[in-house]
Amino acid sequence: MFTPLPHMTNRWFEFRMRWKRRRLRLRAIAKSRELTCVRRGQWGKQDILLFCTLRNEAERIDWFLHHYRRLGVQHFIFIDNGSTDGTRETILAQPDTTVYATQASYKHARFGMDWVTWLMLRHGNGHWCVVADADELLIYPHWHSRPLSALTGWLEGERQVAMPAMMLELYPKGPLDAATCLPGADPCATLNWFDAANYTITHKPLLDCLLIQGGPRARCFFTDSPNRAPTLTKLPLIKWSWHNAWVNSTHSILPRALNRSFATCGGEQISGVLLHTKFMATVVEKSRIEKARAQHFGNAPVFDQYYDAVARAPDLWCPTSTRLEGWQQLEELGLISRGGWA
Amino acid sequence: MTMASAPLGVVMLCHTALNRAAQVARFWLDAGCPVVIHVDRAVSAPALQGLQADIGPHPLLRFSPRHRCEWGSWQIVAATQDASAVLLDSFPEVNHVLLTSGACLPLRPVAEMVAYVQQNPQVDFIESVSVEHATWIMGGLSEERFTLHFPFNWRRQRALFDWFVEVQRKLNIRREIPRPLRPHMGSQWWCLTRATLSAMLGDPKRKRYERYFRRNWIPDESYFQTLARLHSAQIQSRSLTLVKFDRNGRPNLFYDDHLQLLRRSDCFMARKIWPDAARLYDFFLSDLAQKTPPLPPEPAKIDRYFELAEQQRREGRAGLYMQSRIPKEDSASAKTAGPYAVFSGFDHMFENFDYWLGQVSGTRAHGHLFAPQIVQFHGGAKVWHGALSNSAAIRDYNPRMFLTNLLWATRGERQCFAYGPEDNMDHEVNWFMATDPNAEINIIRGAWLLPLWRHGAVTQEVIAQIGVLQKREQDWLTVLQSRWGLAKLRVWSVADIVQNPQDTVFEAVRDSASAPALQAHGLPPLKPLDGFDQFLAQLRDQGLPTQVLKDLQV
Repeated sequence: MFTPLPHMTNRWFEFRMRWKRRRLRLRAIAKSRELTCVRRGQWGKQDILLFCTLRNEAERIDWFLHHYRRLGVQHFIFIDNGSTDGTRETILAQPDTTVYATQASYKHARFGMDWVTWLMLRHGNGHWCVVADADELLIYPHWHSRPLSALTGWLEGERQVAMPAMMLELYPKGPLDAATCLPGADPCATLNWFDAANYTITHKPLLDCLLIQGGPRARCFFTDSPNRAPTLTKLPLIKWSWHNAWVNSTHSILPRALNRSFATCGGEQISGVLLHTKFMATVVEKSRIEKARAQHFGNAPVFDQYYDAVARAPDLWCPTSTRLEGWQQLEELGLISRGGWA
Repeated sequence: MTMASAPLGVVMLCHTALNRAAQVARFWLDAGCPVVIHVDRAVSAPALQGLQADIGPHPLLRFSPRHRCEWGSWQIVAATQDASAVLLDSFPEVNHVLLTSGACLPLRPVAEMVAYVQQNPQVDFIESVSVEHATWIMGGLSEERFTLHFPFNWRRQRALFDWFVEVQRKLNIRREIPRPLRPHMGSQWWCLTRATLSAMLGDPKRKRYERYFRRNWIPDESYFQTLARLHSAQIQSRSLTLVKFDRNGRPNLFYDDHLQLLRRSDCFMARKIWPDAARLYDFFLSDLAQKTPPLPPEPAKIDRYFELAEQQRREGRAGLYMQSRIPKEDSASAKTAGPYAVFSGFDHMFENFDYWLGQVSGTRAHGHLFAPQIVQFHGGAKVWHGALSNSAAIRDYNPRMFLTNLLWATRGERQCFAYGPEDNMDHEVNWFMATDPNAEINIIRGAWLLPLWRHGAVTQEVIAQIGVLQKREQDWLTVLQSRWGLAKLRVWSVADIVQNPQDTVFEAVRDSASAPALQAHGLPPLKPLDGFDQFLAQLRDQGLPTQVLKDLQV
């Protein structure tokens, strides 16, 4: 339930966040030193760009490129944070990529957001941009028949500059380490279950954004401390302007107005989902490595427990899990909405 | 000029997606229909040359003098007039002129359309509605379009436009409508006969009318529509072009996935087509349309499709809280997805009340969903629909959304659950249910005391707990009985139930259970209450105020 802020509080938050935005942009510019351009591609003025920070995603990268090319992304801008498994070679070999590389700390770059903000400031101004991790596949209403350019054209007509798409975490039926997925294959064929209606939404007035939590990770790993469960809010599709700065991953952005991608009058705005394909078989091995690297969350012990739990290859499936069928099903379940885009 | 032309000529107004316009123009030309293309003056010379090269030279093709057509400006009318004049002058066989845009797509074979206009040689197909009856206008003025001055552009100079309208309203400025015109409006896309169109273009008062319409708002929707009423012999007030407007008054785009819908249209043309909708262009501009068996026209289906989408955008789905829909407290829509029933204290008074309730209502009745240790789903399930967890911590993290999620995930199935002061009562949830017309709340006051009594000895802790529970129940009832309460509320005391168990319980489940089921199952057995009086006396003697205990007397 949404409660509007008092006018003066709103102004005060607006003021505070303006300074925060300036600070974050300066920080991003300063962090640009950490990036070296390995391959520079060409793209047109109207092209839809995709920004992605990745590390060791060899088993996902082929399908990732395929999926977003199918949606009509014209150029990919990757930040490779020290891949060692051939991911770098794969993305360098593509005709439509620009690759930046860095060995610096992902965590110290605000989980990569400084790098992404900088590259978007540099390359993204005026472009419609997709920002997604390698394990996130964007889908939206009518995505089979209407590419991103149709969507962005419609959004411009609606004067909406960002589309929300919460993360929908997919998991296999059975223990995680049994769900092997070959490189280049559709991960959603193996990971085809999700949680339909256990998401909690809280409105955060300071950023005027939503905090969505829930899903299988909250249900299985954060039963005692659901407040620590991962945030699922995302704004992956945005018409970038050099005023903007990412705040907390792509969960929230400044200026505040861009976070207001939800309707408060009772109607529905358009939204999609990011299919999160984290829970492939390799996640079991990776969670051991990530626990040791400690680059992903704050250092709270609850996240160590989370990594340990994943390393035990649990079964996230439950009798009321829903099998993924398509965007019509997700709309019917109220996870996404066409919001008037008939 | 040597080529004989069909009796149907086409005027195309183009400004973007010229490749698609060329494709459609070729389609008309190949079928023998003369085409006059107006290209917006804003289009660059190379783009225009590209268009001309795309179509190639053709004896039935003409280009008309170029104007800069801004949205809703007079220039659109001027461009249409010039192009129509070119068409009528160059092709004497043409009897009907069809006005289309570069983003229009023919939905039927040309022959069918030509045959149709040949059967109606005298008829003008133009939507022309008197302004007094034009209630369909999307977001805009109706009669004032004809009586105010509009020197500012609505799209570019919105503030000035609005200000000037306000000023004129205040000053009561009204323009005189030139006689004998009677203002009519309608879709910009028409199909007029040579006779009507020539009469309009050759009208002796044309200069005067033009001067007037030049200052109208969106004259392209009123100039021809008004003049047609003056000159036409026979008007069919409908457009042959299908246009679906959105709430902003802009035409909805048609995409590839609309193909089956468009095939069911009873119109000859559709607007506006997304330029990259290759499947639509391939289907309708080839002979595919003729090869596939025709579908019976169902225009209502198209209307319904767009209405549903608009309704979803405007009103949303009741009871849904999601990433792009967070209604305000005071928004008009329902707060929850369906009716549900809450029973407080019944399980302490009756044996196996949940089971009995499930039997008589045919639903899966839950236990205490808000119990402190765990969520008591029906049958002790670990997860419920939508993968809702039975973890009390997860539920208590956002209890209101726990409830709305449950109701959303199980919509279509009535939910019944127990709730009372012995549970984790959340103030927000109490208010939420109290102000929700879908909620039906049945309370036996003081029944929460029974488990404490059955538990055993009266200790200081028990007395303290009684005080807490009593306070919670009081607060809850205050919320429920406040003047904002919208839930259906029924309250009894323990004594009421003991005196007349059947009537009270049947009353409580009246909306959940059917009469035959109640007849069949009868009343659940009452739990024994022997010795409860002594317990109350003991409490009184331990120092609990008598006004607290007064309500609980059996």
